[in-house]
Amino acid sequence: MNAVLELRSVSKTYLDGADEVHALRAVDLTVEPGRMVAVMGPSGSGKSTLLTIAGALETPTAGEVVVAGRPLSAMSRDDKARLRRQSIGYVFQDFNLLPGLTAAENVALPLELDGRSAGKARAAGLRALEQLGLADRASRFPDQLSGGERQRVAIARAVVGERRLVLADEPTGALDSANGEAVMRLILNACKGGVGAVVVTHDAQLASWADRVVFIRDGRIVDRTAPRPGPDSLLAEEAAR
Amino acid sequence: MSVRHALLALLSEGPKYGLQLREEFEARTGEVWPLNVGQVYTTLQRLERDGLVESDDDAEPGPQKGFRITADGAEELAGWLRTPPDLASPPRDELVIKILIAVRLPGVDVHEVIQSHRRYLVELMQQWTRLKEEEGDLDLGLALVVDAELYRLDSVVRWLDTADGRLKRAALEPPAPANGPAPRIRRRTGARR
Repeated sequence: MNAVLELRSVSKTYLDGADEVHALRAVDLTVEPGRMVAVMGPSGSGKSTLLTIAGALETPTAGEVVVAGRPLSAMSRDDKARLRRQSIGYVFQDFNLLPGLTAAENVALPLELDGRSAGKARAAGLRALEQLGLADRASRFPDQLSGGERQRVAIARAVVGERRLVLADEPTGALDSANGEAVMRLILNACKGGVGAVVVTHDAQLASWADRVVFIRDGRIVDRTAPRPGPDSLLAEEAAR
Repeated sequence: MSVRHALLALLSEGPKYGLQLREEFEARTGEVWPLNVGQVYTTLQRLERDGLVESDDDAEPGPQKGFRITADGAEELAGWLRTPPDLASPPRDELVIKILIAVRLPGVDVHEVIQSHRRYLVELMQQWTRLKEEEGDLDLGLALVVDAELYRLDSVVRWLDTADGRLKRAALEPPAPANGPAPRIRRRTGARR
């Protein structure tokens, strides 16, 4: 199956005054459709840079990024902007909803920006909200929603339309554990629907929702978890004690 | 895990047979702690000896013998529920000891040792989380056990993260001048109930 995201030996170097900062060093990462990959690391390890490069928001210094089979290096600025609108959904820690728009308008916005009619975009937005159990919140403004509801709206916006890749940066940020778990279930359900997801976090409980966890240190992927066995072995192991 | 008090708890709901007690124990603990029948009967015999349960006098020992909690048993159970487990003395934690040794051992990269433990713990957490995700309506007992395991493992990962950062900073800073012998943590002995 074709990967929705491939990072091939991606490096990113910044200049901080006279100093070179290596934010990423030769990172390889592949995300298949239907899979959730968590990237775990301490702050300053390069995990957020990895996400912005995977999301075509920043350009790597070296290496190649391929989203849904298309190498970003060969794309014009306009092509990349279209790819971001059509294929990539972003979920941020602080939700990033536009305060002047209702929940439904926030979710429909990427489709409208992509040239769909307002009516069609709104209908697709409502469907996405409905799937996340937020139909009755559609005409509320962000400040009329709870933190958990706001993040669910942000997820609806990230998966609306024909998104292939969802990128989430500490998506459960300040949410309590029940709301945080709800957010991870929604991302997981989006994966079951065929999107690939990358979740960047320092939180092991969050990362443990992923099919695969990669560990990043000083811009380098230093380790990854083995393919995850089912829970049966866990219970059998307990039973054998 | 106190099988003794778990059995008292089940009997506080009403008289039960031995076999029934075993089945209910396993169901309530999310079937994470299996119990063999022998363990159940041995425990019941001891409870009876201590006057905390009573059995049908005439029945033969076996699956059909019924048990009831006594007033002393109910009092024992109430006291046990509110007695804190011994968390006051730092345990001799195997992982903590391994990291303390890895710091001093020449030729060993302590960060690599930390990462190998971190990966193992996260893999275990992935397995526990999968239980939550595969069974939407998780049995309440099992859901509580899964949460407890996830928080326990998570706290170990957080300690490893903190240790990792502390060791990294320590490697960058010159060692502070020794200021007399390090204080000793008083270890309480015999406190475990």
